[in-house]
Amino acid sequence: MIEWLIGIFLAIGVIFNLLASVGLLRFPDVYTRIHAATKCTTFGTIFIVLATVTYAIYSYFWVEKDPSWITIGIHSALVVIFLVLTNPVGAHALGRAARKSGILPHGAVIDELEGRL
Amino acid sequence: MMAPEFFYAAVIVMIGAFLALLRVFFGPSVPDRVVGVDTLNTLIVAGMVLLGAAYDRTIYIDIAIVYALLSYVGTLAIAKYLQGGLE
Repeated sequence: MIEWLIGIFLAIGVIFNLLASVGLLRFPDVYTRIHAATKCTTFGTIFIVLATVTYAIYSYFWVEKDPSWITIGIHSALVVIFLVLTNPVGAHALGRAARKSGILPHGAVIDELEGRL
Repeated sequence: MMAPEFFYAAVIVMIGAFLALLRVFFGPSVPDRVVGVDTLNTLIVAGMVLLGAAYDRTIYIDIAIVYALLSYVGTLAIAKYLQGGLE
């Protein structure tokens, strides 16, 4: 039962990480690549860490009462908290830097930042 | 090596990291390469968490925490450099 839950979480996380890489190769300009890569990798890593936390809880309560399982679960949760807080900020800084260095979006119709940078 | 499904997931994440590396190689502009490196950082953090769960080692997950924070600082530094320095 709980092995199925871990497998479903892992499958969702891995598929979204792969979709991020495919989007990075397939999209035409840097802004759409940021769009694909940041959101898909953050979401996929959330689900990978959910699988790890589920595995740690299962191993602590049903396999052996080893406190290192609690450490693995809490530190995995810390990883995903830091990643969720820092990943969108990094993507924002990167897109802003790309626009300020003069790269226009591919096929853009309007540009509201024209002359305001 | 108690959980082989974490190993398979780590292998698939590494395939995704290879695809992100292709963008770093063939990216036409500099921000494209930086986006590739940023994606690669997040995928490596995910791979470290998976390998830490697979080998039952806490220390790999601690290294993943440090790597996540340092890659964020590196991305911010490159972005500041690309937009023309501090203002």
